[in-house]
Amino acid sequence: MKEIAFRDAIREALVEEMKRDETVFLLGEDIGRYWEGAFKVTKGLADEFGDKRVRDTPISESAIIGAAVGAAITGMRPVAEIMFGDLTTLAMDQIVNQAAKIHYMFGGQAKVPLVIRTPFGGGVNIAAHHSQSLQAWFMHAPGLLVAIPSTPYDAKGLLKTAIRGDNPVIFCEHKLLYPEKGLIPEEDYTIPFGLAQTRREGEDVTIVATMFMVGKALEAAKTLEKQTINVEVIDPRTLIPLDKEAIINSVRKTGRLVVVSEGCKTAGVTAEIAALVAEKAIDYLDAPVRRVAEPDTPIPFSPSLEKHVIPDEKAIVEAVKEIA
Amino acid sequence: MKKETLIRLYRKMLEIRIFEEKVFELYGQNLVPGTIHLYSGEEAVAVGVCTNLRQSDYIVSTHRGHGHCIAKGAKLDKTMAEILGKKTGYCKGKGGSMHIADFSIGMLGATAVVGAGIPIATGAGLSSKLRGSDQVTACFFGDGASNQGTFHEGINLAAIWRLPVLFVCENNLYAMGTRQTQAMLPQDISERSVAYGIPGVSIDGNDVLSVYDAAEEAVKRARGGLGPTLIECKTYRQKGHSRWDPATYRPKGEVEKWLEKDPIIRLEKQLLSNGELSEAKTTRIKREIENAVEDAVKFAVSSPYPAGDEALEDVFA
Ligand SMILES: Cc1ncc(C[n+]2csc(CCOP(=O)(O)OP(=O)(O)O)c2C)c(N)n1
Ligand SMILES: [Mg+2]
Repeated sequence: MKEIAFRDAIREALVEEMKRDETVFLLGEDIGRYWEGAFKVTKGLADEFGDKRVRDTPISESAIIGAAVGAAITGMRPVAEIMFGDLTTLAMDQIVNQAAKIHYMFGGQAKVPLVIRTPFGGGVNIAAHHSQSLQAWFMHAPGLLVAIPSTPYDAKGLLKTAIRGDNPVIFCEHKLLYPEKGLIPEEDYTIPFGLAQTRREGEDVTIVATMFMVGKALEAAKTLEKQTINVEVIDPRTLIPLDKEAIINSVRKTGRLVVVSEGCKTAGVTAEIAALVAEKAIDYLDAPVRRVAEPDTPIPFSPSLEKHVIPDEKAIVEAVKEIA
Repeated sequence: MKKETLIRLYRKMLEIRIFEEKVFELYGQNLVPGTIHLYSGEEAVAVGVCTNLRQSDYIVSTHRGHGHCIAKGAKLDKTMAEILGKKTGYCKGKGGSMHIADFSIGMLGATAVVGAGIPIATGAGLSSKLRGSDQVTACFFGDGASNQGTFHEGINLAAIWRLPVLFVCENNLYAMGTRQTQAMLPQDISERSVAYGIPGVSIDGNDVLSVYDAAEEAVKRARGGLGPTLIECKTYRQKGHSRWDPATYRPKGEVEKWLEKDPIIRLEKQLLSNGELSEAKTTRIKREIENAVEDAVKFAVSSPYPAGDEALEDVFA
């Protein structure tokens, strides 16, 4: 095992997959030698693989994804970077109407082995156009897979699976996770989609948390332990497909559920998971489900305002105590 | 050009420069949350254009927008307060550096989504036309933004409807680390105007008088119902893209070359040599601006942050 930062784990996956398969190439704004990615994920890659396979693009999100789709259906495996998750909205037609639907609409003739890497999340005071968590939008476009890693280990393993797979993947990265360190094996490994990870076992309350919120949930768990509430923390790791069984099994055990995710509450990630439990495990619930998410507002700039809308440890502790 | 106008151009450019230097300083003191994109070096563009506008005219701005605001007549104190995330800022702390707006002076806001302002400016122009008003709209955007689909769609629409809009491209040679010529084949972005059947000019964006003249002509056309103009201003950002960009992608000597073409020093030299300005007067102007900026800082620093639950306000009208 070795210790590695989240951003470096992603870079390792890119490097290894580019070495393994000639058809893998990268494209995106400022990912090449002059900037090496807004979050430095592609550092050194243009030098290692050349400008042909690490392609800087103009500021043209729609063309980045469109070109990636075109390349994907004709034998290449593009990994596109959209500099901020908020800006996937500029490429929404290519993602939702084209990439997601091509395999189905054309009767299975074409595959779209495309990965779109993009950072989501708030917490760095860069306001409404650079802080959103739009993961749920992509859950609403059948044909897309959605990965939401919270550790370096998962980031690397899931990205490899994404690149080797034959479906379009929205690979969600959290800005605040990039410098976070964790252990990964030296040797090649992949992580299947649709397999949740239990981050902490407990009997009293199940917390399902995503991305940066997994860490917050674990902090909350420590605080709650001192108050003799023992929570189980489940990290779904992919939203599409979702490991429903892991969530339901945990709720069967604890009888209580808190769902924590950045992104707006209404029709969001937490709503989907709560609905799942309401459908499949309501008889096991001993208390109402609690959801900890952003209120339905844009992300404000000022630190005092942003802090108010982004879920934190305190909000999680309170939600758990309401039902424990 | 009238002496008063020349002094006005000088004063406004200097106001932006001194303001931006102060923002840079405050950022170093951890008083500015998030990030900043300074306008230093590009002042002639906003000032040359906005000095041709009336208060009732509109502008649409970008992530590099402090200079646009000040040129259009925004107050320094409320601008600074917004940049610091204070309740007394133009947007109550909700917007920040990349999203300042002052609708009372026709400043329709800064978008941080590169290129998003272009069709919005087209829409403001459409609105003036539908309301039978003679307001014009000036839309600022970068060389990088001109590669967005919104550039094509927004300008084409303004062209066919002959809308009163100035599309002002601030070509500062870079979009983050990407050189203009790496992202498009033509040297002159104004060439693209041909595709829309509208006039396009490329001018020295570090010469405020050239910008002033080009904007004057474009405003005349716009108010006269003749439609939009694309004005490409060749300029340079003297600092990195954002606060932490060391800008090592610039070739050696490039910054120095452009510092020699500093728009403020150029005008100052010109005015001093032809006697429109004296050393004593420049010193006085500088001091007045420094004091005004200092007052703005005091106002901003002493203002409160918004209360957390104010985040929930303003979602709907
Ligand atoms: C649609 C979109 N893509 C990417 C970004 C990230 N980004 C912010 S500023 C910038 C460069 C903009 O370049 P340009 O339009 O030339 O303006 P300049 O910064 O040079 O003033 C980029 C890529 C963004 N904010 N919006
Ligand atoms: Mg530029």
